[in-house]
Amino acid sequence: MKQLLTFVKKEFLHVLRDRRTLLLLFGMPVVQILLFGFALSTEVKNTKIGVLDLDKSQTSFEIISKINANRYFDIDKNLKSIDQAENAFKGGKIKMIVMIPTQFSADINSGKKAQLQLITDGTDLNLANQIYSFMSNILLDFYGQQTLQQNSGVQPEIRMLYNPQLRGAPNFVPGVMAFILLIICVLMTAIAIVREKESGSMEILLVSPMKPYIIILAKAIPYFILSLIILVSIIILSVTVLDLPIKGNLILLFGISIIFIITNLLIGIVISILTKTQQTAMLISLVGTMLPTLMLSGFMFPVENMPIPLQMVGNLIPAKWYYQIVKNIMIKGTGLEVVWKHVLVLFAMMAVLFIIAVKKFKIRLE
Amino acid sequence: MNTETPNIAIKAENITKIFGDFTAVDHISFEVKKGEIFGFLGANGAGKTTAMRIFSGLSIPSSGTATVAGFDVYKQTEMIKKNIGYMSQKFSLYHNLTVKENLNFFGGIYGIPRKELKIKGDLLIKELGLENEKNKLVSELPLGWKQKLAFSVAIFHEPQIVFLDEPTGGVDPVTRRQFWKMIYEASDRGITIFVTTHYMDEAEYCDRISIMVDGKIAALDTPANLKKHYNAQNMDDVFYELARGAKRVE
Repeated sequence: MKQLLTFVKKEFLHVLRDRRTLLLLFGMPVVQILLFGFALSTEVKNTKIGVLDLDKSQTSFEIISKINANRYFDIDKNLKSIDQAENAFKGGKIKMIVMIPTQFSADINSGKKAQLQLITDGTDLNLANQIYSFMSNILLDFYGQQTLQQNSGVQPEIRMLYNPQLRGAPNFVPGVMAFILLIICVLMTAIAIVREKESGSMEILLVSPMKPYIIILAKAIPYFILSLIILVSIIILSVTVLDLPIKGNLILLFGISIIFIITNLLIGIVISILTKTQQTAMLISLVGTMLPTLMLSGFMFPVENMPIPLQMVGNLIPAKWYYQIVKNIMIKGTGLEVVWKHVLVLFAMMAVLFIIAVKKFKIRLE
Repeated sequence: MNTETPNIAIKAENITKIFGDFTAVDHISFEVKKGEIFGFLGANGAGKTTAMRIFSGLSIPSSGTATVAGFDVYKQTEMIKKNIGYMSQKFSLYHNLTVKENLNFFGGIYGIPRKELKIKGDLLIKELGLENEKNKLVSELPLGWKQKLAFSVAIFHEPQIVFLDEPTGGVDPVTRRQFWKMIYEASDRGITIFVTTHYMDEAEYCDRISIMVDGKIAALDTPANLKKHYNAQNMDDVFYELARGAKRVE
């Protein structure tokens, strides 16, 4: 036990003395959160749009003023004719045009199906999709009032639950959490262990009366603690700066995070056992864990749209399950009754990795 | 301790290590007396490293018997590890830790109590004349000092035997000579020195040397006797004479 403490102390000295890496570790989540939160926002806010009102009726004025009142859209241009539409898009400022045809109010009043055209700039696909669905919401809302007044027909009402403003934060905060923990636990841990092999100090440690598993344990503990500190900072940042409250149980969130951290530490340890140089360890960590996590775990590209084989590969990635758990607990406020299956998968992964790590470690020692 | 042979530090009989169909160490037998400086020579690939791993408790031999510090290399590797020190050329100390932190770490993993560690550490720093450097990072020290400090760290826990794996690689002749002075001092204090080297002038400093060729010990005697036996001017010629017949090339 005393040996372990001595070793952990030394590992902490290594970590603390490597200022650049430390700065990177703490800086990365902060910068990512701030970047995603403010600069790289995918949110629809003050999007400039054009309006082409050919109807010029009471109803069309009401629609336009309703759109204008909304803080997500700014009416930049009132177009006179459809010919001006293309030029308006080419200018690049306007992302959408709402066209109200001549017989619009007449159709509504006579109880016919009234039509209205939304033209979006398809070169920016994500934005186009978002503002389209957002505008639809506003218009449906308006329709709803109209039809209620006239007591005719049923109109669908779309609501974006848990994230009505279509903010990016609820999506990327869990993603940033998963990714940072992955970097610390897999990459940093693997490199820290392999570094001792490369420099030859592992020999000295193995010749000492220290049990090999204590060496590995002592290597993992500082990164475990570091992970927890960074996790807390991310959560504090997202609550205070991004205004993203934790809806679910904080203790549950931490408990599951600890399972995820240990799972990743084990991956790091297995990589370090299998490799001899820091470069190989880094490459395997990048290609084997970080890249698939970015691509297949769902926080960059939706999993549902992937081919089945890729989805199956994605299921092997711990971060995918963790990401979904965190989203559920943080954003939706659900508890274990919903995410227990995901937790079970993570737990199984941890157990399997533990067995692999112990086995490989024994083989390598001989 | 083994009561039958109280003056023997290492005793090996027909130690063999086989990897698959490759016999890395082939029936080697020798004895090292307490306090002796024993040179363990051989060309690269002769089996030195494998043999050294066996005697330092890192590897279990395939056959043969051996005791190190009186402990069995099959069953008592943990006891062996407690009673030996180890230093290699490749690594001396942790470069981004200070002199003191290195001492505390290596003392700590050998289970030296904290109070004793502090007293012994201060004494050692004084002996080495590193008082002004004790809070400096090891990376800031000149190579010669690093080697000396590394040797001091290797014998800090007062082992019975210290294994030195090419300890003077890349060090200038003056520092090497100073380093050997430290080895003699340790030997005078009763610590057995088991050293590998590629420098033949260093081999002359040893009490006895063994030369391994193709996994076997081809010669074992004092440097003077070896030179006489092979009718050679210096150890270089002895080594060349023996290593020339090697079939294994790394």
